[in-house]
Amino acid sequence: MSTPALPGSSDVFADPARDARDAPLPEESVGLWGFLTTIDHKRIGLRFIVTAFGFFVLAGILALLMRLQLAVPENGLIGPDRYNQIFTTHGTTMMFIFAVPIMAALGVYLVPLMLGTRNIAFPRMIAYAYWLYLFGGLMLYTAFVLDVGPDAGWFSYVPLAGPQYGVGKRSDFWAQLITFTEVSGLLVTVSIITTVFKLRAPGMTIERIPLFVWAQLVTMFMTMFAMPAVMVASTALILDRLVGTHFFNYAEGGDALLWQHLFWFFGHPEVYMIFVPGLGVVSAIVPVFARRPQFGYPAMVVSLIATAFLSFGLWVHHMFATALPDVGKVLFTAASMAIAIPTAVQLFCWTVTLWTGKTVLRTPLWFVLGFFFILVLGGLTGIMVSSVPLDLQLHDTYFVVAHLHYVLIGGAVFPLFAGFHYWFPKVTGRMMDEQLGRWTFWLMFIGFNVAFFPMHILGLEGMPRRVYTYSAAMGWGALNMTATVGAIVLGFGILLFAVNVARSLRYGALAGANPWQADTLEWWYSSPPAFGNTHRIPVITSRTPLWTPGGIAGEVRGLSRSPPETLVTSGLEAHPDHRVAMPTPTIWPLISAIATTVLFIGSIFTPWAVVWGSIPVAIALTIWFWPTRAEARRHRALEKSP
Amino acid sequence: MNRRIALVAVMIVAIAGCQREQRNFDETPSGATAIKSLRMSEVIPGAPDQPPHVVNPDENNAYALSEGKRLFTWYNCTGCHAEGGGGSGPALMDDVWIYGSDPANVFATIVQGRPNGMPAFGGRIPEKEVWELVAYVRSMSGKASKTAAPSRNDSIQAKPSENRVDPQPTTPYGTPQPPS
Amino acid sequence: MSRARSIAAVVALASSSRALAVPLQDALDPAGPQAQHLVALWDLMLAMSTVVFVLLVGAAWIAVLRRTRREIETPDLAHSEQEHRRLTRIVSAAVIVSALGLAALVIATIATDRALAGLPLQDALHIELTGHQWWWEASYDNADPSKVFTTANEIHIPVGRPVIFSLKADDVIHSLWVPNLHGKKDLIPGRVATHTIRADRPGIYRGQCAEFCGYQHAWMGLLVVADPPDQYAKWEAHQRETVSTPSDPTAAAGQHVFESGTCAMCHAVQGTTANGRHGPDLTHVASRMTLAAVTLDNTPANLAAWIEDPARIKPGTNMPGNNLPPADMGALLAYLATLK
Repeated sequence: MSTPALPGSSDVFADPARDARDAPLPEESVGLWGFLTTIDHKRIGLRFIVTAFGFFVLAGILALLMRLQLAVPENGLIGPDRYNQIFTTHGTTMMFIFAVPIMAALGVYLVPLMLGTRNIAFPRMIAYAYWLYLFGGLMLYTAFVLDVGPDAGWFSYVPLAGPQYGVGKRSDFWAQLITFTEVSGLLVTVSIITTVFKLRAPGMTIERIPLFVWAQLVTMFMTMFAMPAVMVASTALILDRLVGTHFFNYAEGGDALLWQHLFWFFGHPEVYMIFVPGLGVVSAIVPVFARRPQFGYPAMVVSLIATAFLSFGLWVHHMFATALPDVGKVLFTAASMAIAIPTAVQLFCWTVTLWTGKTVLRTPLWFVLGFFFILVLGGLTGIMVSSVPLDLQLHDTYFVVAHLHYVLIGGAVFPLFAGFHYWFPKVTGRMMDEQLGRWTFWLMFIGFNVAFFPMHILGLEGMPRRVYTYSAAMGWGALNMTATVGAIVLGFGILLFAVNVARSLRYGALAGANPWQADTLEWWYSSPPAFGNTHRIPVITSRTPLWTPGGIAGEVRGLSRSPPETLVTSGLEAHPDHRVAMPTPTIWPLISAIATTVLFIGSIFTPWAVVWGSIPVAIALTIWFWPTRAEARRHRALEKSP
Repeated sequence: MNRRIALVAVMIVAIAGCQREQRNFDETPSGATAIKSLRMSEVIPGAPDQPPHVVNPDENNAYALSEGKRLFTWYNCTGCHAEGGGGSGPALMDDVWIYGSDPANVFATIVQGRPNGMPAFGGRIPEKEVWELVAYVRSMSGKASKTAAPSRNDSIQAKPSENRVDPQPTTPYGTPQPPS
Repeated sequence: MSRARSIAAVVALASSSRALAVPLQDALDPAGPQAQHLVALWDLMLAMSTVVFVLLVGAAWIAVLRRTRREIETPDLAHSEQEHRRLTRIVSAAVIVSALGLAALVIATIATDRALAGLPLQDALHIELTGHQWWWEASYDNADPSKVFTTANEIHIPVGRPVIFSLKADDVIHSLWVPNLHGKKDLIPGRVATHTIRADRPGIYRGQCAEFCGYQHAWMGLLVVADPPDQYAKWEAHQRETVSTPSDPTAAAGQHVFESGTCAMCHAVQGTTANGRHGPDLTHVASRMTLAAVTLDNTPANLAAWIEDPARIKPGTNMPGNNLPPADMGALLAYLATLK
């Protein structure tokens, strides 16, 4: 089962005997049953990533439809009702079903490997979170196909999404999608935070944690504090619509602005939940391709934490056009500008790392270059819109559409694609084609800029957002056509990426454990890492264990393979603390997710679904957690007396 | 066999959903000429006509019901019928239907007018809008499906919203009614 | 550049039935002090951003591209303390410069905010603007209630005089935005917002709703016409006038169609029995440049098409279709043409 190393690379750790030791467990079965019951974080993480990418493609197709409609003025391709559903579904998908989950999914796959542990904490909960996420996404697209897709924008402002003007069940599907994704996201949060604090390899002190993991940790904390706000908002919306409460009814004491506060208190940290993991990916890639450790590690960590804290103080900048007091708004201008400073620190540190390194240009580094260009441009337009008076001209125009795509695609999608090309060898054991990778980059880079740069000008020329068409007399036709052409080129780039993936899966050059000769622990394991979460746990002595001689001082011995066990270490110093039994594959997360789905979708139609739907959920969860004698006996057999 | 049943069930749900959620912005053909000249009140001489059984295409369409709710205020039905509790006009949310609760009956009532003060809106409200009002008026006593019926308005709450009203029994035209 | 663009667009599109021969929306072509302050702030930010972009992205790209290796080399772990300190000083300096730049922009923001709030408001005109789905209702306030009048979608203001808008919404959130005059302000149901502008040169300024408000958000425009003060006074006086029955028999028949048909259920014409408040006030509709919230040029053909089937032009609109017999439609159009 040993994988031949790539010619020219040195796989210092090739070890056929090890690979034999890391053979899959008998319980980790294959086939459909294995697929449905697995609790291997790598399998779940991978399917999370693939599913999120699928939704990315769907939302991208919706975007192309929008661009086709807007390419010429007064176009009759798509009517207003369908167009409203399309842009709402595009935004909702990208923000809730693609961007946040795929970053979390990267964490689910990579964080345990980077920390040198056998599995993520609470793997069954991760499985449950995945199924819930999948069912929520499927619900949204089924609703979209059936003409009941949400049509009030991804931010679903009331009163337009409220009971009077949000006719039918459309906005209810939106609100329940929120419930699906937020529950799923919060569960992943708990898992990853626990993993980072309690399941690190011995010797991996808090100062030796890779920056990618820091970014994931910080993001998970942001998620934990931000998501409840949108859950409250969406619950209040469903209650208003279904049951007749008055949270957002100004005539009975509610307030339409309450929605905006609740939503944006979540919504602003959310974009940082998307952006910060991207920063983590860049921090993983830059040192490897600069061939030197990241400069300024403490500053980078503090910047990540500062970004997370500050991101909670910015939300009113989405509400600058409302009738809130001006002095209050200016405070949010100051905060929104201040958050540029930690990001600037990171950019400077990366630049210094690259400048003083021996850079080798491969596809991941090309995407990092694209990230620099696009993200910095987006950040600068962000500073423009963060200023209250200037935002009054730019808010809700195509200028903001340009800004948000520059920061999200530049700050998250480009790092994501860098990460895809970078970690593909680890996940699949094969290298991606370098030539195709470069083509992908240039098509995406050029296509993106041609698509979105003209939108800055369109915004200044008075084109508002969320319009299904525009008058031929406005003079916006040429720039819109340009944007459409660019979007099509961008689409081709992504298509080329998919082609590259498909080809490389079959014909890619075999990669060894560490084809990039990188420094973090995931490259210590075989490519792909052994099935079944029984890989070995190193003892480490350095922040760059695979580069520093003696960075890996040894291996932990004595952990059981069957039933599987892993080592829990202390929070800051990572001293070994105790062994914990890991769960075995089980179908109950899937069944619980199905029961929860029935509850959530039922409660769109009747409040009684909450009552009756709780019963199957309670039953499924009870069976899931019920300790069996056989399990208890096995765990007791592992206990060792002093 | 099981798969086929499941497929059919899904399709039924899907089509039901489609119909509820469709936004029909275009004018619908009337087909209501016959209804307009029905003799249904004692004021018009001759025996009362049996109204044709007409299925209102707007019956369980959420958009049409919400439009009906809007028009109920805009065309000032609230002026006499309040929010359905009645005032100078009879209550519309109860189970008493002087001229019958069938869609054709309600359509004729709106279009022809009725004794004791119900104006004839025939030339003043276009037919498509009358059908929307018909659907809404029927929903006030719970005759629209709960998933399609409108929810509360963003205004002072005068009554439970139509999607929370339990269905009242339908009253065919000709049933003796208690004096109003 | 924007002036040339306007002319070119107007010339090029004169043939389109929906073409509107009005100047274009342009935030960078200020016609009043508010928009002027915002252009100044934009210029400052654009200049600073360009410099920062060139420096930062230039540094990053040069850092990567200047001495690339062909193969992956062994990592360089030895970094001297001295070099580390030098690099730390460089990064710290860059951070401090960035922070100072941002602080300058915060100060510029506050200064601009104060300039916007400092518009002198003596002798201001008060207009109460209510946003509906999908049109604008404008009510010109006056201390004397008999001088209050209402119009829709096209408002005239005097050049050089400040205007205070009271912004209300009838249904969902809308946003008033006339880029040549000022930034935007949301109209939120249940709240009254205030927005102040002044036009310093005569012209027609197009605005558009800037908060997604439903099916026809895209076609919810408005025109702000800045007239010289005497011209404005004439317009204002004329708007207060009610109309009387026209002498032309066809038009008189049209008034009958208007009052006894569907029109009067929603529209008002001061001086007739039509007093509906749900649609735009039509007392002086013939004097407006556009129809349906700056969607169509005000021509008889467009008006007929709009009356007959509004949903074909603006799907989802609240105005119902009116299948009038040709004679009635002709009379109605003749009547509406008299409502100057």
